[in-house]
Amino acid sequence: MSKRQSSVFLQRRNYRRRRLVDLIRMMPVIGALLWAVPLLWPTGEDGGVTTSKALVYVFLVWFGLVVVTALLSRLALTAQVDENLKDG
Amino acid sequence: MATLNILVAVCLIYVIFLFVVAFAAEREARRGKGGWLRSPLVYTLSLSIYCTAWTFYGAVGYAARSGLEYLTIYIGPSLVMIGWWWILRKLVRIGRAQRATSIADLISSRYGKSNLLAVGVTILAVIGTTPYIALQLQSVTLSFAVFSDAGSTFEALADQESTALLVAMGLALFTILFGTRNLDVNERHHGVVMAIAVEAIVKLFALLAVGVFVVWGVGGGLSETLDKIDASKIGMWEMRGDRWASLIFLSAAAFLCLPRMFQVMVVENDDESHLRTASWAFPAYIMVMSLFVVPIAVVGLDLLPEGSNPDLFVLTLPLATGNEGLAMLSFLGGFSSATSMVIVAALALSTMVSNHIVMPIWLTATGGGATVSGDVRNVVILARRFSIAGVVFLGFLYFQLSGGGTALASIGLVSFAGVAQFLPVLLGGVFWRGATRNGAFAGLTVGFMVWAYCLMLPSFGPGVLIPETVMEHGIFGIDWLRPYALFGIEGMDPLVHAVLWSISLNSVVFFLASLIGFPTPLERLQGAQFVNVYEHTENLQSWSGSFAQSEDLMVMSQRILGAREAQILFESEAQRQGVGGYLPEPSPDFLLVLERELSGSVGAATAHAMIGQIVGGASVSVEDLMAVADETAQMMEYSSRLEAKSEEQSRTARQLRQANEKLTEISVQKDAFLSQVSHELRTPMTSIRAFSEILRDSERLSEVEKVKYSSIIHDEALRLTRLLDDLLDLSVLENGQVNLNVQTGDLGALLDHALASALTGAGSEGFTVRRDQAKEAVALNTDLDRLSQVFINLIANARKYCDAEAPALTIRVVQNGASVLVDFVDNGSGISKKDQAVIFEKFARVGEMKAGGAGLGLAICREIMARLGGSVNYLPGQGGAAFRVIVPRTLRKAAE
Repeated sequence: MSKRQSSVFLQRRNYRRRRLVDLIRMMPVIGALLWAVPLLWPTGEDGGVTTSKALVYVFLVWFGLVVVTALLSRLALTAQVDENLKDG
Repeated sequence: MATLNILVAVCLIYVIFLFVVAFAAEREARRGKGGWLRSPLVYTLSLSIYCTAWTFYGAVGYAARSGLEYLTIYIGPSLVMIGWWWILRKLVRIGRAQRATSIADLISSRYGKSNLLAVGVTILAVIGTTPYIALQLQSVTLSFAVFSDAGSTFEALADQESTALLVAMGLALFTILFGTRNLDVNERHHGVVMAIAVEAIVKLFALLAVGVFVVWGVGGGLSETLDKIDASKIGMWEMRGDRWASLIFLSAAAFLCLPRMFQVMVVENDDESHLRTASWAFPAYIMVMSLFVVPIAVVGLDLLPEGSNPDLFVLTLPLATGNEGLAMLSFLGGFSSATSMVIVAALALSTMVSNHIVMPIWLTATGGGATVSGDVRNVVILARRFSIAGVVFLGFLYFQLSGGGTALASIGLVSFAGVAQFLPVLLGGVFWRGATRNGAFAGLTVGFMVWAYCLMLPSFGPGVLIPETVMEHGIFGIDWLRPYALFGIEGMDPLVHAVLWSISLNSVVFFLASLIGFPTPLERLQGAQFVNVYEHTENLQSWSGSFAQSEDLMVMSQRILGAREAQILFESEAQRQGVGGYLPEPSPDFLLVLERELSGSVGAATAHAMIGQIVGGASVSVEDLMAVADETAQMMEYSSRLEAKSEEQSRTARQLRQANEKLTEISVQKDAFLSQVSHELRTPMTSIRAFSEILRDSERLSEVEKVKYSSIIHDEALRLTRLLDDLLDLSVLENGQVNLNVQTGDLGALLDHALASALTGAGSEGFTVRRDQAKEAVALNTDLDRLSQVFINLIANARKYCDAEAPALTIRVVQNGASVLVDFVDNGSGISKKDQAVIFEKFARVGEMKAGGAGLGLAICREIMARLGGSVNYLPGQGGAAFRVIVPRTLRKAAE
C-alpha cells in the first residue's frame, strides 16, 4: 500500500525532509572518518600526540556526534520525516 | 572487621531492591498502566547492558595496559547507534514484523524458517556467550575477594568458587523469576527491563562518582590529571592502526550480533521511535561511562603498589584512600553491571535454547503437534527455566575451568569475535534477497571454524588445547595453516588476524554458496519480506499522524468496495465518531468494521493482512499468505460451484426459451384457429341469413322455392351444428375430459359398421372396398364408439377425396404384438409432401376444394387415438393416400 506515485520534482518541504534524512544517513560515515583521523597520527620516537590530547580529541568528536544526532532526530520529528522513506 | 558482612548485607538489600523494582514494573505492566515503562529513556538505559563488568572493571585495566585502545569497544557501538537509520531501524522493524524472539529466530526465519540454522546459531551463541558469563562471575568474585583481602584475613581465596557459585545461583533465580513469569507473545519482560534500567543508572552513577573522586579528590583537578596522564607510561599515543580499525569494526559487529543486545534492542523494543532517542542518548551514555577510565587507570598506576591488578582499580583506589563508602558504591556498580548482563544473556540464550533445541526435541519425543496445544505453554516455560539454569551453570563451569586468571579484556574480545560471525549472515539476510540458507550455513560454519582455530582455542594459552607444534608449524605440519599466520602471512596481531580471516572467509563463502544454490519458496518469500520490510509494514506510530492512515485505508477500501460504498461507510463512521468530513479516526472499532466489510469482498485473511499492512502490527507473515492461499482455494471451489449452477441456469433458460417459442407458436395457432372458426361459422350463417331474409321479404314465392330455400337453411344449420359438435368434441378430447366407454368387440364387425355409416348416401356407388375378412377377426377391448368414429372419418375422407377413375379403398389389418395395425389405402393421387405435414392440424383441408368438412376430422382422429393409447399417421409410399391406425388390443389404464 505504501507504493506512492513519485514525481520528478518534490515539493520544497519534502525536498528538505529528504536532505535531512541524507544527513542522518551520513552521520555514521562522518563519525567514522573523524575517528579514523588518529590512524594518521605519528607514533614512536618522532614526537607524536600525547594521550591527553588524543583523549580530548576523541571525546570532542564523540560529544559533537551526540549533539548533532540529537538535533537531527528532533528535527526529523518536527519535520515529520516519513519512517518509510526509502532511498532518494 | 565487619566490612565483608556489611558488603554481603548491602548486596542482599540491593538484590531485594531489584526484585521489588522488577515486581512493581511487572504489576504496572499487567495492569496496563505505567506508560513510563515504555519510555525511550528506559529503552536507552536497557541498552546499557552492553556495558558489563568488563566495562566497569575491565576498561580501566585495559587502559592501564594498552592506553586508549579501550575506546574502540565503545566507539563501534556509538557509530552503529548514530547510524541507526541504516541497520537498526530495519532490524527493529523486521524483528517486530516477524515477531522475532531472538537472533537465532530472526536468522532462521529469514532463511526459510530453517530450524537447523536456528540450532546452529543457538549453539554458536552459547559457545560465544559462555566465556562472557564466566567473565561476569569472575569479576564479582574478584571484587568480593578485594573486600575480604582488605577487611579480614580469615577469608581464604579458596572461597572464591563458592562465592561464584552463590552468585550464579542467585542470578539464575532472578532470571527465572522475572524472565519466565509469563509466556508473552511478544517476549517482553517489563520487570527485567526495568531492573536493568535501574542497574544502568547505578553503574553509571558509581563509575562517575569514582571518576569525580579520582580527578578532583585524588588527582587535584582536571588539568593536573591531564598532566598526570601525559606523564604516565601510557602518556603517548601508541595505537596500532590495524587494531584501532578492526576493534572498532569488531565492537560494532558484536553490538549488532550479541544475543543479549538483540534481546534488549529488538525483542524488548516497544516502539520503533524509541530508537530515535536512543540514537544519541546511548552514545552519550557510553561516552560518559568511558570518560573517567583513563584518569582512574593513571591515578591507580600512580598510587597503587606495583603489581596490583589494574582490573580492580575502580574498587581498590577508593579502598586504598580509605573511602569505604565510595568503594561500596563502586562495588554495587560492578555488581550491577555483572548481574544485568548475566540476566539478559541468560534470558536471551534460554529463549533460543528452549525454542530451537528443547522444544523441537520435546515435540518429536512426545509425537505431539497440534494435539498438545493446550499444555505446551507450561512445557515451554519449564524448558526455559532449565535452559537459564543450564546457561548460567555453563558460565560457572567455564569460570572454574579457566581458573579466572586471564585478563578480562581478552576474554571479552574472543567472545566478541565469535558472535561477530553472525554479521555477514544477518546483514546479507536483511539487505540481499539472494542470500540462501545453504550460504548462511556454509558461511557460519567456515567463520566459526576459523575463529575457533585462530583465536578461541589458542586463547587458553599455548599447549593447552592446541599443541605447541601446531602453533609453530601448523596443523598436520602444513606451514600455511598456522593459527596465528594463516596462508603464511606473519607478523599480524593475533586478534586482527583472526577477525580478518574469519569474517572475510565467512562472507566470501556465504556469498558464493548463496550464488550457487537455489532457495526454497519459503526462503524467497521471507527474503522479500525482510529486504522489503518497509513496503510490507507501516510503523505502529506513524510520524505523519493517524489521518494519513485513514486516508490510506480509504484508498484501499475504495479499490475493494467501490468508491461510492467506501465513502458512505467512512462518512457514516466519521459521523458516529463526531468527526466532520470523510475521514474517521482509525479506532479499533472502526478497523474491525472495515475489516469485516473488506472480508466480505476479499476474504477474511486477505482483509486482515491488508488492514494490518496499513495500520501496522501484524504484517503479512507466511501464515497469512497460507491463509490467503487457503481462502483462494475455497473461493475457487465456490466459483466452480457457481459455474455448475450457472450452467444449470443456462440450461433452464434454454428450456424456457423453447417453451416460449412453443407458446408463441401456439398463440399464433390459436389466432389462426379462431379466425378459421369464425370463418367456418360465418359462411353458413351468411347463407342462412340471406335465405331467411328472402323467405321473410318476398311475398310471391312458390312452394317449391319455399321448400328449396328452407332446406338450404336447414342444411346450413345442420352444418353449423356439425361444426360446433366437432369443435366441442375436439376441445373435450384435447382437455382430456373425455370419458371412455370401454367395451369388448370384434374388429371386423366394427369395420362393417363404419363402412355402412360412411358409405351411405349419394356418391357411394362405384366406390370399391377391398377387405380381408379373415384377418379382421381380432377381439378389441377399447372404446369401440370412438374407434369407429375414427374409421368412419378415414373412410369418408377416402370416398370424398379419392380422385381415381374407379375409386377403391383397401383395408389391411396386421397384428403386431399387443396392438393392431389398420391401414386405409386408396388408389388416388395421395397427399403431397407439403400437405402431409399439416393434415392432422385443425381446419387443415387439402386443396380447399370440396366443402363439407370443417377440416377438424383428422385432428379429432388423432386426439381420439391418443386417448386410446394408439396413433393415426399418414403412411407414405402406398400409391395413394394411406393412413395407418395403431390400436392397442387392450386399453391400458395408463393411456387414460
